[in-house]
Amino acid sequence: MKVAKDLVAASATPMVLGILAEQDSYGYAILRRINELSGGELDWTEGLLYPLLHRLERLGHVESSWQSVAGERRRKYYRITRGGLAELAEQRRQWDAVVGALQEVWPRPGDSRPFTTFPQGGFA
Amino acid sequence: MTDDQADLDAQFAQWRHYVQRRRELRQTDVDELEDHLRGSVDDLLAAGLHADEAFLVAVKRMGSLDELSREFAREHSERLWKQLVLTGGSDGAAAGGRSRRDLLVMVGCAVGAAASVKAPELFGLSLEDDAAFYGPNVGLLVLPWLAGLLAWRRRASAGLVGVLVALFALGAVAANAYPLAEDSQSVALTSLHLPIALWFVVGLAYVSDDVRSSRRRMDFVRFTGEWFIYYVLIALGGGVLTGFVFGTFEAIGTSPEDVVGRWVIPCGAAAGVVVAGWLVEAKQSVVENIAPVLTRLFTPLFTAVLLAFLVTLGVTSSGIDVEREALILFDLLLVVVLGLLLYSFSARDPLAPPGAFDKLQLALVLSALVIDVLVLLEITGRITEFGTTPNKAAALGENVVLLANLVWTAWLLLSLIRRRRPFAALERWQTNYLPVYAVWAWVVVLLFPPLFGYL
Repeated sequence: MKVAKDLVAASATPMVLGILAEQDSYGYAILRRINELSGGELDWTEGLLYPLLHRLERLGHVESSWQSVAGERRRKYYRITRGGLAELAEQRRQWDAVVGALQEVWPRPGDSRPFTTFPQGGFA
Repeated sequence: MTDDQADLDAQFAQWRHYVQRRRELRQTDVDELEDHLRGSVDDLLAAGLHADEAFLVAVKRMGSLDELSREFAREHSERLWKQLVLTGGSDGAAAGGRSRRDLLVMVGCAVGAAASVKAPELFGLSLEDDAAFYGPNVGLLVLPWLAGLLAWRRRASAGLVGVLVALFALGAVAANAYPLAEDSQSVALTSLHLPIALWFVVGLAYVSDDVRSSRRRMDFVRFTGEWFIYYVLIALGGGVLTGFVFGTFEAIGTSPEDVVGRWVIPCGAAAGVVVAGWLVEAKQSVVENIAPVLTRLFTPLFTAVLLAFLVTLGVTSSGIDVEREALILFDLLLVVVLGLLLYSFSARDPLAPPGAFDKLQLALVLSALVIDVLVLLEITGRITEFGTTPNKAAALGENVVLLANLVWTAWLLLSLIRRRRPFAALERWQTNYLPVYAVWAWVVVLLFPPLFGYL
């Protein structure tokens, strides 16, 4: 099963901000972390990640800095800002509302409530 | 292993060379992507793949470069400006056919604009004698063609086209329905404000593919500035051509004055509006290097002039003589300052850290603000003393609209310099403010005549 593209796109911002809230990171590591967190079911591309990171930087949610690693290689590290943390909190509230509503409407495994019974009233 | 490494480095060099040809991707983006690719290759090598296999797999995983650069272009539309992939991934023959059709539609619109300017002559109106008709209506005759061209290029939805038509119709009502005397202040005001109001309708057509996007609105600001530069260039060229026409024809004893005055100049001026708009769309890279240079050149000069004015005012301590002309002059000053600001904002790299130029802009805004407050105080004094007229009310309103923008701009610039807010906040403020100008222009055009008894 792969998660649909729209859903990946919708969850992209809180996902990246959340990962950066754990610790500063860089593109490839962020992508690997997402893969790890989702068990490979979230299909992210570089075309989604890097423009998103640049947009978050433009909006002031993250900051970046170049650091040298292993010889001549330069790596661009991203760090979440205070504005980014606030944005993350806001996104989280919205996602909690969505997830909460979905959990209300979907029967959990082991839930005895069958689909077909209606609360009082019925068709009488 | 070292052999492998050299091989790999050669492949990376080749990849870089290939990717750097993409104009959507800057050097730093390529660096970032290369680091990504190398990370991916390292992992694959660790998993036991050979160097060349690992490279192939990593490149393949990164996906098509076309798609990747399109995503980059979507975020960095200021770079997109350099080329024309606004409608996405057309290429080769399809693009050729499209640009040919584009050209035909543009020529059609330009001819239409020229014909519209001459059409009223069929009803006995002439450019020389009916200034009271042409003054308010000239925008209505020409700008729908430019809006049409843009809406066509953007494949605007039917609903949006309806809105555009309705707004132009509303403009026609405002220009012609009120019983205004030919020499009334209101005719002059409408002549000045209706083209501005209609220019924002053109703006609506410009952003019709994404009305709410702040970046598209910034593109429209950029479009406006570049359109202006192109139009001036076309006008200069036209002037030279007209000079030659006069000289050569008079040398053989024929005076071309009538033909030139009644046909060439008005038709050329009207068609130039459309052609300039099309040129901005199609040939951006020609002007884009001039425009930021112009703002860089004139921002310090304007700042110096304004500061000199303030110092002189302080030394001589004479008050500002606010006649009506002075009022308009100071309005224009604010417009120019705002234009300089907007234009350099639109050309600024949003990710660049605050620098000396931002401080210079802050100095420009602050000195303009001080001057404006002084003028505003004088004017309100006069209005409370002598009552108001449409001209004074319009000029005062404009002053307030511009002042409000500049005050908040100054604050945002200060926060930018002190690294409290990103540049995006400034950009958003300016693009969100654009409708305010449009609304004010429409208010002057639609409400002022009845409000002031058709004075």
